[in-house]
Amino acid sequence: MSWTGKILRINLTSGDITTEVLNEQWKKEYLGSRGLATKYLTEEIDPACDPLSIENKMIMATGPLTGTMAATGGRYVVVTKGPLTNCVACSNSGGFIGAEMKSAGWDMIIFEGKSPEPVYLYIENDKAELLPADEIWGTSVWSTDEWLHNKHQDPSLRIAAVGRPAENGCLYAGIVNDLHRAAGRSGVGTVMASKNLKAVAIRGTLGVGNLADPAGFMKAVNEGKAVLADNAVTGQGLPAYGTQVLMNVINEIGALPTNNMQDVQFDGAHAISGEAMSEPRKSDGRTNLTTNAACFGCTIACGRISTIDQGHFSVKNKAKYWGNSGGLEFEAAWALGADNGVNDLDALTYVNFICNEDGFDPITFGATVAAAMEMFEAGDLTLEDTGGIEFNFGSAEALTQSVELVASGEGFGQDLALGSKRLCEKYGRPELSMTVKGQEFPAYDPRGIQGIGLNYATSNRGACHVRGYTVASEVLGIPEKTDPLTAVGKPGLVKAFQDITASVDSSGLCLFTTFAWSLENIAPQIQGACGSEWTVDYLLEVGERIWNLEREFNLKAGITSADDTLPARLKEEAAKTGPAKGLVSQVEAMMPEYYQLRGWGEDGIPTDETLKRLSLKG
Amino acid sequence: MQYIIVGAGPSGVIACETIRKLDQKAQITLITGQKEPPYSRMAIPYFLEHKITEAGTYLRHNSEHFRALNIIVINEKITAIVTPKNTIKLADGTELGYEKLLLATGAHAVSPPIEGISLNDVHNCWTLEDARNIASKAVSGSSVVLMGAGFIGCIILESLLKRGVNLTIVEMGDRMVPRMMDDTAGGLLKSWCESKGVKILTSEQVTSISEADSSDKHSLIVNLKDSQDLSADLVICATGVKSNIDFLDGSGIIVDQGIIVNEFLQTNIDNIYASGDVAQGLDFSDQSLHVQAIQPTAVEHGRIAAINMVQHNSCVHHGSINMNILDTMGLISASFGQWMGVEGGQESILLDAKNFRYLNLQFKDECLVGMSSLGHTQNIGVVRGLIRSKVKLGIWKQRMMKDPSRLMEAYLADL
Amino acid sequence: MEKSLVINPDKCTGCLQCEMACSYENEGVFNPSKSRIKVFTFHQEGRFVPYTCTQCSDAWCQHACPVDAISLNLVTGAKEVNDSSCVGCKVCTISCPFGTINYNQSSGKVIKCDLCGGDPKCATACPTQAITYIDANQTGMDKMRKWASVTDNTSTNTSANA
Repeated sequence: MSWTGKILRINLTSGDITTEVLNEQWKKEYLGSRGLATKYLTEEIDPACDPLSIENKMIMATGPLTGTMAATGGRYVVVTKGPLTNCVACSNSGGFIGAEMKSAGWDMIIFEGKSPEPVYLYIENDKAELLPADEIWGTSVWSTDEWLHNKHQDPSLRIAAVGRPAENGCLYAGIVNDLHRAAGRSGVGTVMASKNLKAVAIRGTLGVGNLADPAGFMKAVNEGKAVLADNAVTGQGLPAYGTQVLMNVINEIGALPTNNMQDVQFDGAHAISGEAMSEPRKSDGRTNLTTNAACFGCTIACGRISTIDQGHFSVKNKAKYWGNSGGLEFEAAWALGADNGVNDLDALTYVNFICNEDGFDPITFGATVAAAMEMFEAGDLTLEDTGGIEFNFGSAEALTQSVELVASGEGFGQDLALGSKRLCEKYGRPELSMTVKGQEFPAYDPRGIQGIGLNYATSNRGACHVRGYTVASEVLGIPEKTDPLTAVGKPGLVKAFQDITASVDSSGLCLFTTFAWSLENIAPQIQGACGSEWTVDYLLEVGERIWNLEREFNLKAGITSADDTLPARLKEEAAKTGPAKGLVSQVEAMMPEYYQLRGWGEDGIPTDETLKRLSLKG
Repeated sequence: MQYIIVGAGPSGVIACETIRKLDQKAQITLITGQKEPPYSRMAIPYFLEHKITEAGTYLRHNSEHFRALNIIVINEKITAIVTPKNTIKLADGTELGYEKLLLATGAHAVSPPIEGISLNDVHNCWTLEDARNIASKAVSGSSVVLMGAGFIGCIILESLLKRGVNLTIVEMGDRMVPRMMDDTAGGLLKSWCESKGVKILTSEQVTSISEADSSDKHSLIVNLKDSQDLSADLVICATGVKSNIDFLDGSGIIVDQGIIVNEFLQTNIDNIYASGDVAQGLDFSDQSLHVQAIQPTAVEHGRIAAINMVQHNSCVHHGSINMNILDTMGLISASFGQWMGVEGGQESILLDAKNFRYLNLQFKDECLVGMSSLGHTQNIGVVRGLIRSKVKLGIWKQRMMKDPSRLMEAYLADL
Repeated sequence: MEKSLVINPDKCTGCLQCEMACSYENEGVFNPSKSRIKVFTFHQEGRFVPYTCTQCSDAWCQHACPVDAISLNLVTGAKEVNDSSCVGCKVCTISCPFGTINYNQSSGKVIKCDLCGGDPKCATACPTQAITYIDANQTGMDKMRKWASVTDNTSTNTSANA
């Protein structure tokens, strides 16, 4: 229960909108959200299709706990084939639109085909209609948000939209909801725009109920909330500093990739850290951080609400950016800051605002700029190529100009919109792209944190930290401390994290709860909502099933074991400083054990036995 | 102290109760010309659609309410006031003395002076008695002509349709609710009603009503100025109301449209006050004297008048804001204050005709002075708060000029 | 000592746990749109403001009700809507200058905060103590009261409403 049991199917080509009943069998096998949507995608499209063609589909999905009072139960995902990676893409977002969609009565919205004209989808409970979006096509997410609220005269309307880069084919455009939360990675926004779909605006007033065991659910929810409140990370660290609590920590252990991953420590780390966001600025005495903010139902509230110094060069005479908006999260601060050698907090905040305003992934964007800087300094990129911008490491100006060019789709912005893999190939230095399967790394260096390297290499959506966040164990000691510098035992750790994560993602909860919660805390909440069959053991099985389903999709899409690796730099160029000095990533050494634990052959293909065990093959 | 309150509508009842709170020893007499216990006109539509029984329309549900408060209720019509003697005369000949008198005699429905207006199957829609008459005639399959698409006309639409009648509305004005809504909103309301199967003739007049031949299956013929005659089983006349002031002739109390009252709800005679639909009191918006004839004003008047009667004009009435909220077959419209705008003012309007949503804010300088809307209900009371408090909106005025739906934010900005 | 809901917007993170607790208590589902307490977001300012009925002594809603459907709970001080009497005329919704009594189209009745009979679920659910239920005389209520007085038409004398 707790699912609404209803799917909305939007055929953008014909304009037909139909409803259908959720597949009961798949629901039992995949729970919801990430798992269930991936199952639908796998059944409905050819994994080998061109992600930006009419054959690809895009699914917005909630989990059974989305829209309930379970702490952090506001998540939704966008599942599609990603244009950046040509793999299955699943981007997860918080904010409020997921819960609103659920409250409007929908577990899932499946978009197929391509609209002949720009449209947006308007949903008010059972009513769903495609409406003309000519007036907002070619405008930013923020403009679209304002226009839609105004048009529908409803401040409570929840909106997810794509910006100009998505329309222009930028390969890492995201879908931004509630102004500054995003299904950000792998180019899911690019897929949305390729379908001429500008926005989804939802008003749901039906509510979410239908709990299997209401009393049991509320008990588990309240116990869960207490655990989050009492935990140092979720009760103190994240509310105070957000994910930015990690900047100094990761730098100190020598795992903060710097200057396109040439180094593992950044001199300017403190200047762009969570602590710095709470220190008064010299100019106006205000702090970068105004307050922390929560997504729907979240009792952690790690979100940052920030301002930029009005005198900073990036926003001079641009009053539009003087107010509060979504501030820096760790991954963005790292990609925009350390990876480019930029230590200017205001510049990073500005760039982050623009990424939200026009809807593109700051991780991939930042890492792409980093690759451009390295190529520029090496002479592979010239001033002529860049339109006169000096792409030197440490240049806040190059960074802010870049973000404006990608947002508008002008000049060198068109090259930067390709992502680092294609950019580096274009300029003859493919080895300088710090990617796996075409997607840029997040903020943890695989030389200083060995487990995370294996996770990057095997992540089904390309390099990604939130597919198996072993940093929790290797750095923070959650659930127990492991040595970040050793590869021993890591394949098992990675697999466990990956499977648990797939389950948590499919429930509608936020992964960040797992800093404090184990499945022992989560299962009772899912059981209260969905039924007693959702035990810890079963959730692990579901997670593993999802992982293998994604793997199968990717194999059919043309991925091979050769893609399960890291760039040569991380395997050959040793860390120069810090605790990991002298070390490289041992990803290749870990891979056979990982495959074996997964029940895959040496070729990285799940064996028949594994597929049968997981009911993926009859 | 001897208090007499004449009229048992919301204003009179709240006045009695307020006096009792302030003065435990007071002798309070409530005079009502109707034979039922005090009831609410606002509830009549819900009585018509069977949502409530007649008892559900009563202002106070506890039948012992007035007795418990030691308030004497007399069901008799007032006929005159003898101001020099401080007495009132009732229809049965009784004469009662007062020290303080509140006139809350309300208003009555008025009908246009046309031929046939007194026929059997022609009724107003104002009293419970009217409602009973309508209920007996407005049965499934019958044809009903509603004269007047004002507030009263509109609130009974849904109940009439739920009774299964074929309905035609004839309105003299060029739109529905002309005294509550502008062209745009009134026009939208009309198309909304039409989409629900109601026939609406605006800028049209009933010229006469006559009895149909006995062969006709309907009892009435309604003749119109420009359009074809209509057959009907029932004509409901909701064309307007007028304050009940006729009994004041010769009393020396100054009247215009209603009884003229000052900022204490006091008439020109010191110990006589007036409140509610009969009082022509201060309008907050333009500081002129108006008969507003709306429930919130009646209540406000009743309370303030009572306080001033007991505590010697200690409570100033700064004027009431004219406001209405109307549910026309599910489409909710509202208007407040100077919704039509003011000279030198600014307006901010949002219109989504397709979805029947409309929001119109009117500003004067930095303040909100009026509002009208369709399809907006959330937190709507803050409009009263903003108009009443004359909050200087500053930046929020600019923001609302761009997007009037940010009203609630503007209201809360200072909190 | 009578208690009141005290709201401190500075502590609010906008998580809407209060709205869910309220709607679950009153409607049996998690449905912020039916919550009696609403959190308003000020994006530009980075502020979240939970807002609900202060159970003001003026009781505009109660007085305006034409059918006696709103009454005072003598134990909690809450003004409570009696569903069996409410006809849904909405006069209270325009009368309350705080906008804290709202029409619920699906039930055809109005809804407002009733302090959950003395155990307000919003306060229990709030993870940051932005909403607390404490002695009425403590500070924090002052702001709301001050605001209330701005819109009070008859501020010279309120004893008639006590």
